[in-house]
Amino acid sequence: MPSLSADSRRGVEELAASVQRGERSALAEALNLLDDRRDSARERSAKLVHLLQGNALDLGAHIIGMTGPPGVGKSSLGACLISEWRRRGMTVGVLAVDPSSPLSGGALLGDRLRLHSNSDDRGVFFRSLSSRGHYGGLSAEVWPMCQVMASAFDVVMIETVGVGQREIDISRMCDTTCFVAQPGSGDSIQSLKAGILEVPHILVVNKSDMGAIATRTASELAGALTSEHPDGAWRVPILSTSATQGKGISELADCLKVHFQNLLQNKLLKHRRRGYQAHWIVSRLREEFGSHGVERLGGEAAIAEQIQSETPDLYSQYDALRRQLTGCDTTNKS
Amino acid sequence: MNNETIQRDRPWLMRTYSGHSSARASNELYRTNLSRGQTGLSVAFDLPTQTGYDSDHPLARGEVGKVGVPIDHIGDMETLFDEIPLGEMNTSMTINATAPWLLALYVAVAERQGVDPVSLQGTTQNDVLKEYLSRGTYIFPPSPSVRLTTDLILYTVEHIPKWNPTNICSYHLQEAGATPTQELAYALSSAIAILDAVRDSGQVSADRFHDVVGRISFFVNAGIRFVEETCKMRAFVQLWDELAGERYGVEDPKKRRFRYGVQVNSLGLTESQPENNVQRIVLEMLAVTLSKNARARAIQLPAWNEALGLPRPWDQQWALRMQQVLALETDILEYGDLLDGSPVIEAKVTDMIASARQEMLEIDSRGGMVACIESGYVKRELVESHTRRMLGIESGELPIVGVNCFKESAQSPLTAGDESGILHVDSTVESEQIASLKAFRTNRSEINVADALKALRAAAKHGENIMPPSIACAKAGVTTGEWSEELRQIFGEYRAPTGVDINRAQQGSSEALELTRARVQRTGEELGRPLRLLIGKPGLDGHSNGAEQIAVKGRDAGFEIVYEGIRLTPAQIARAAQEEGVHLIGLSVLSGSHLELVEAIHLELTAIGASHIPIVIGGIIPEDDAKLLVKKGLKAVFTPKDSDMNDIMDRMVDIIRETNGLEPDV
Ligand code: B12
Ligand SMILES: Nc1nc2c(ncn2[C@@H]2O[C@H](COP(=O)(O)OP(=O)(O)O)[C@@H](O)[C@H]2O)c(=O)[nH]1
Ligand SMILES: [Mg+2]
Repeated sequence: MPSLSADSRRGVEELAASVQRGERSALAEALNLLDDRRDSARERSAKLVHLLQGNALDLGAHIIGMTGPPGVGKSSLGACLISEWRRRGMTVGVLAVDPSSPLSGGALLGDRLRLHSNSDDRGVFFRSLSSRGHYGGLSAEVWPMCQVMASAFDVVMIETVGVGQREIDISRMCDTTCFVAQPGSGDSIQSLKAGILEVPHILVVNKSDMGAIATRTASELAGALTSEHPDGAWRVPILSTSATQGKGISELADCLKVHFQNLLQNKLLKHRRRGYQAHWIVSRLREEFGSHGVERLGGEAAIAEQIQSETPDLYSQYDALRRQLTGCDTTNKS
Repeated sequence: MNNETIQRDRPWLMRTYSGHSSARASNELYRTNLSRGQTGLSVAFDLPTQTGYDSDHPLARGEVGKVGVPIDHIGDMETLFDEIPLGEMNTSMTINATAPWLLALYVAVAERQGVDPVSLQGTTQNDVLKEYLSRGTYIFPPSPSVRLTTDLILYTVEHIPKWNPTNICSYHLQEAGATPTQELAYALSSAIAILDAVRDSGQVSADRFHDVVGRISFFVNAGIRFVEETCKMRAFVQLWDELAGERYGVEDPKKRRFRYGVQVNSLGLTESQPENNVQRIVLEMLAVTLSKNARARAIQLPAWNEALGLPRPWDQQWALRMQQVLALETDILEYGDLLDGSPVIEAKVTDMIASARQEMLEIDSRGGMVACIESGYVKRELVESHTRRMLGIESGELPIVGVNCFKESAQSPLTAGDESGILHVDSTVESEQIASLKAFRTNRSEINVADALKALRAAAKHGENIMPPSIACAKAGVTTGEWSEELRQIFGEYRAPTGVDINRAQQGSSEALELTRARVQRTGEELGRPLRLLIGKPGLDGHSNGAEQIAVKGRDAGFEIVYEGIRLTPAQIARAAQEEGVHLIGLSVLSGSHLELVEAIHLELTAIGASHIPIVIGGIIPEDDAKLLVKKGLKAVFTPKDSDMNDIMDRMVDIIRETNGLEPDV
């Protein structure tokens, strides 16, 4: 039975245009669409991302990842950053991924207010996502949703809980990955040393109001870091903040900006983002066809190389590769 | 038996918690109650007064005079106590975040009546800690709140020595689902947090500090398991005596005495067969009167129609009469302690003390009560206990007559009649209050007001006692909203943890839940994404139990739940619903302002292009209003009668299916 979702009221072209104008109801509808796993929605999703991605992938908003263990203050810090960005006249889209990964479905999403409570401010848009059973990873919707947000806002911030595997996921999606550490917890230092922790672009020790213990953690982290980021051309700074006292926030905002400008100046952004796009596509292919399928297409590196050379168009690129494996057209299954 | 030789103890203070509409109307009510034999006053303030907003503030819309009396300024306070001699009265004020302000107004009115504040007697509840956990009328973050609490305590000990400056409350914890152990442990841990703060303030000598300990009183709950509840009272007496002696070195046994007032349990009072509530109330009253050595100093009882809406004067009179019958007709006051020496009681008390101590140690090891409020630990524990209670009702393990057993009933004559058995607050109350507030503002000296506020700000900033400048503000004609706003600017505002993120493992499962879960999942698949439900608490209402339990159950049933706690504006709710792409908005309103709030939310949703999202509501909604709301487009109205939460979940799935054009699946 065809079921017209209550909010699928406009055509995809119109939806895309409205999103680019920053219309909130369109944005909500677009995110709902990308979340929709029905075959009937897939075609519209593909078209929407096609219309929005083009140049946006190569230019567009600054995509920032905030990660770290639960309770370190990512959301609180995010709220401070939002205020700071708003003061600087920038608009912000937020994707907050809920840490609990329930198997039976069901989730509690309650970080909105911590992150943003000014209901009159049209320059901020917040969507929560549950991790929906994806242990150790972000679910497939995040990257396309991030693309939609990036076409409407100056900054897109993604909050995830970082324990082990997960921050690798986020670092394959964001221009700047910011790891927030808890004063006095040796965990992050250990994982950094052991190479479990993907090196972030910025390290933040929050709760600096806790005093000496925070300072000590900052210097321990400094000791554990190799100064150059594996990306090249970037020294990883260690910042101290206190979200509750609003300290160190503008420094953090500055630092994020410097990193982004660094990417732009060194013309790294385009290559990086196309790499993320390739990563998303390879992950989906791997989910469906296993590593074996990815190998049949020449392996991850070859796929990435191919994606790098094409005009960005997420679902078309994905479907093209998928067709090579199945030998049939999948986009018009319904 | 020779009547003349019988020694009767003096009865406890008998109160009725009341106040509504306006200072004038409440004053009349108080005077009638006093003439009917009530021996003290217990003032209920409306929510704007409790949360520090003037009656004309946008957030006060629909709430003025609803669940209590609005007090905007000294003029209102003067009217409230018109012809009631404050020098002779014992007045209990249920006021917390704005307690220093309401006490300041009381002192100022006393002075106008020519009464020396030194002689004033009464109680300010002044326990903000439990506001974060249950009652919801907090304003500032915990640390400045504790400071305001201690300021009031320090001031009264010095200047109003017969005043009970704080009533540490376990009452509200039980109303939020607490077990007896939790009630004991959390109330005593709160007392420790406050007393430590007073001691460490450096503003009292060791001697004076013992007086402070002696002035601390408690406000306790008594539930239907009245034997256990009696034991809880005895445990309180013993634990407090020890604490005062050991932790604070108080030697005078009088100052170590556990003094407490009571309101009996209301959470267990039902909407179905409401006449049964009378039995419940009377039995619960026994718990706090039977044991002479642990007897309450003051009692207030809810009315039979507690779960229907606000009580009328007659309903309150009935509740008062229950107390009078027990105190005057029965022989309860003629004996010494009936339970002393009972090995059964002794064993139970020992047991309760041990488990309370253990939980107090847990709190201590987590940094004390304030830290445990901030981290959400205590709130989660309470939500979990309440969830267990709800599961008990659901499974029938916890029998509630008329709710999950013996449900058949003849038509009740009590709820017949035009009023449907409750008090209806006149809707003109709000505009009249606003008009009188505006008139008051034009008749005061703005210079005096500005000066008084400046002094208030300075004291708040520099850590000086807040009471003297507050009293000056009261006299200068400052309003409740102005006093609060000044402090908001300095201390900031706070949102407490919601506690709904409890462990799933605690939940248990049932066949009904499994069926619902399958439907939620299937419907989600048919609609392409998991079902999302926004649970919204609009307005100033702090009743969070229902919203929390729906959130927990909803998550277990497989919904993605967006819930952000109490006191959201209609705009915040509309916006969240849109941004989060929810399939359904579920509002929860128990404060009586549902009509105004639903209308405001409709307007907000329409303004942002999200009016297609269906809405349901739950809470204390009288039948006529329910019909009206459905007429205005709400998809369903749930009240306490709908005690089967699986059924509620199912109905929400039905509504989502229907609004999305899916065919019925069952
Ligand atoms: C417990 C309680 C409290 C607790 C609240 C604890 C907490 N954190 O929730 C405490 C003691 C703190 C409290 C305080 C007050 N209370 Co009170 N309280 C109650 C009481 C006894 C029970 C409410 C309850 O929690 N029930 C249990 C829950 C699970 O049931 P429920 O919320 O009704 O939810 C069920 C349904 O309604 C429905 N539902 C509810 N919400 C939703 C949402 C959705 C989406 C769905 C689908 C379903 C749904 O499903 C639930 C399951 O069955 C009621 C009377 C009564 N017996 O109902 C008075 C009552 C609600 N309180 C009342 C008042 C006046 C107050 C005060 C304002 C008094 C004052 N002047 O200070 C204060 C202040 C509170 C504040 N900040 O707003 C009045 C309201 C009067 C009115 N509406 O006309 C009542 C009706 C008592 C009375 N008769 O006077 N209260
Ligand atoms: N002392 C202190 N506490 C903070 C700070 N930032 C956040 N918190 C507290 O840490 C807890 C968790 O914060 P939250 O932002 O939800 O952390 P998240 O889980 O990482 O998103 C909350 O109780 C915050 O109030 C800070 O800078 N200092
Ligand atoms: Mg967070």
